[in-house]
Amino acid sequence: MKADGSLGQRTRRPPVLLVVLGSIGLAMFVVPFVGLLARVPWSDLPAVLASDVVTDALRLSMVTSLMATAIAVVVGIPLAWMMARLDFRGRPLVRGLVTLPLVLPPVVGGAALLFALGRRGLVGESLEQATGLLLPFSTWGVVVANTFVAMPFLVITVEGALRNLDQRYEGAAASLGASRWTVLRRVTLPMIGPSLVAGLVLTWARAFGEFGATITFAGNLQGRTQTLPLAVFVALESDRDTAVALSLVMVVVSLAVLVGLRERWWKAL
Amino acid sequence: MEGALGPGLEADFGLRRGDSFQIDLSLSIPAGRTVALLGPNGAGKSTAVAAIAGLLPIESGRIGLAGITLDHPSADVLIPAEARRIGVVFQDYLLFPHMTVMENVAFGLRSRGVNRNEAMERAGGWLERLDLTGLERRKPPQLSGGQAQRVALARALVIDPDLLLLDEPLAALDVTTRVELRRVLGRHLADFPGPRLVITHDPTEAFLLADEIHIIENGVVTQSGSPDEIRLRPRTPYAADLAGSNLLFGRASHGQVDVGLHLLHVAEHEVEGEVLLTIRPSSISLHRTPPEGSPRNAWETTIAVMERLGERTRIRTGPPLPLTVEVTSEATGALALGVGEAVWLAIKATEIGVEPQGGYTRSV
Amino acid sequence: MNSAARLLVATFVLGAVTACSGSSVEGELLVSAAASLTDAFAGMESAFEDANPDFDVVLNLGSSSALREQILEGAPADVFASANSSNMDQVAEAGEISGEAKIFATNSLQIAVPTGNPAEVTSLEDFAREELLIGLCAEDVPCGDLGRQALAKAGVIPSIDTNEPDVRALLTKIEAGELDAGITYVTDVLSASGSVEGLEIPAEMNIVAEYPIATLAGAPNPDAAVVWVEFVLSEKGQAILTSYGFRSP
Repeated sequence: MKADGSLGQRTRRPPVLLVVLGSIGLAMFVVPFVGLLARVPWSDLPAVLASDVVTDALRLSMVTSLMATAIAVVVGIPLAWMMARLDFRGRPLVRGLVTLPLVLPPVVGGAALLFALGRRGLVGESLEQATGLLLPFSTWGVVVANTFVAMPFLVITVEGALRNLDQRYEGAAASLGASRWTVLRRVTLPMIGPSLVAGLVLTWARAFGEFGATITFAGNLQGRTQTLPLAVFVALESDRDTAVALSLVMVVVSLAVLVGLRERWWKAL
Repeated sequence: MEGALGPGLEADFGLRRGDSFQIDLSLSIPAGRTVALLGPNGAGKSTAVAAIAGLLPIESGRIGLAGITLDHPSADVLIPAEARRIGVVFQDYLLFPHMTVMENVAFGLRSRGVNRNEAMERAGGWLERLDLTGLERRKPPQLSGGQAQRVALARALVIDPDLLLLDEPLAALDVTTRVELRRVLGRHLADFPGPRLVITHDPTEAFLLADEIHIIENGVVTQSGSPDEIRLRPRTPYAADLAGSNLLFGRASHGQVDVGLHLLHVAEHEVEGEVLLTIRPSSISLHRTPPEGSPRNAWETTIAVMERLGERTRIRTGPPLPLTVEVTSEATGALALGVGEAVWLAIKATEIGVEPQGGYTRSV
Repeated sequence: MNSAARLLVATFVLGAVTACSGSSVEGELLVSAAASLTDAFAGMESAFEDANPDFDVVLNLGSSSALREQILEGAPADVFASANSSNMDQVAEAGEISGEAKIFATNSLQIAVPTGNPAEVTSLEDFAREELLIGLCAEDVPCGDLGRQALAKAGVIPSIDTNEPDVRALLTKIEAGELDAGITYVTDVLSASGSVEGLEIPAEMNIVAEYPIATLAGAPNPDAAVVWVEFVLSEKGQAILTSYGFRSP
């Protein structure tokens, strides 16, 4: 250290150009949120937040996004396992289909769901006649729409992790007497833990923010299908304050989850 | 086949590895004996391990252990890996990185339904026996190479297997640790009552740990026998290569080692007592006249056996201390060497490898 | 300056001049129009471009409330055609229109059902049936607002299953048979005839929707905007509107 307490030439400053460009990048993320914060009607906020438009939307969003994530776990992980471990014909096609919802505009996804599961849909018609279950314009419809767009995240992440996993560990576990289920439970899944968590978070986040497929397939009705994104969309044209409050809720919830993610799970993303 | 302590491994099988070559192996290991499968990398050793462990099915033949058929394609019998009672120590150990040492060692027991407390007790016992107390809570990435190897060994032994199968158990260790752990391994192998199969590419390991060695090249066993047989009568160039390494036991004192038949000068002055010497055949030089210069070890001897292997020639010298020497065939021509001829032999003190003997009880 | 640099400068100048040539009766015209005007204005566009080949009319269609928000937030547009006066008034109050808004068409409501009328809907009263899947436009969308007014007039409390963001989205779902009934404009039923059936709403319950049009203060091409509005109000324009089911004011 020099006499004035500085480290002088001993610590190298980061390259100026990189810092400048990086700061611009950071600004692109920060500025919109600042803009949102600037419009928040702070004094009215408690009242707006307590209104049933907001509480209904928040409740629906949380319930449907979590349900969608749960479904993704139950059917998505086995699918990922099949894709990573089984050698079957048509695997490239399956991989393409699974990735499709990531590439398609969500509205197209919603339309496809309608054509398949709607009242006059391919499967939907028989489904309704057999069970009386109708998905469009129902909360379950929202869950289905969310699952459709969000599950690919989990499948792709888990498949990648399984591929990169050294399968010899599973062989070692088997040689020690572990049944296939035990191997999965105690070796495979824990070893892909970070990727699994990252996949789950991405899946939930995507489901939470889903709009196009929901409004196309499940419709828009407060308390039944109007999730936070739909509520924001509608409120933007009628009640600006509510729209901003809803947006704020979404930002806060999402930030809480993402910031709460531990460092090591970020690495797996 | 029943050994004194119980039936052993009967393996006589074939399988194709990828689309390169066919592996055909016939091993019969009774309880209480250690067999080494020795061969260069790519010889098919790991495939053989996988087949015996149950991670790969064989295509022909039969594998039986302790009287039970494990794999017999023509009889449509295939017992999966998890049902075979084989303790495997894998190359790279494959300790589960997300589990503690204790959990790793207890894993086999827990998987077989043993309750937690009993499993931890039995695992703890083995950790103690392998000098690993205090490390129970550590995770594999925090272990040294030697510690990891011993944990892997404990993990395999705790399940009380019918066969102990070790795949290159020392390969992942650095030289100094390897020497030390070779001894530890030797001890535990000797203590294990069942049959033991060691897979390795290191001839010293095979020669020191095994009762019987099978040399495998390109999927086929080219020679089997006791270490002495292989050393004295190698049947292939590879075997000869392995055999060629001169291994001698002796007693060291102040830089001189008495190997019984002769006194050798070594560069290692610190090691005292019972030692093991290794001299590579290619580091021994032959001369027609007494050599000049620095070699501390030089004596006159005769050529007992001479074998030309292409560009190299292997020579076995006679008294006072028979050694295997390797020279270029060109040199033999230049020196006009032939069986019965007298030659001078020289070895630099620095070319003799010295290590403490402790743990090896066999004569070499 | 060497010749390459001169060429570069000349290109820049020419480009700049061309880009700034907005203020002439030619070029691009941005028209923000209510969703219910989709087909009518498409027809209007072709007729207009045939008569004025130097024009390129770009239609920005959406619910009037969404368009209002866009204009208030500063989105560029030359003309605004709304499905109700409320949205136009809000734009005017913000000082965004130049001159006065003029009513150029009227529309009335109709019940839309899928072909074959599977739910056997006959009147607005059926909208109270819980077992049916009923859709309306969202409350702040003109057709949603008017639809609710009509239902109130008929004394019906509807069992709504979805509030669609604009009348076209509502129509699509009825066409697909996913909804049993909805309230749309007469013009919408007409545009989807063949895949949708319309049921009359009696005059005493029906609402007449007035469509105002205005040129915008921030128009990039104000001269062209004026020409367009004149065309819409002209005999030719009115004839086109009538052919799509609108009525002259």
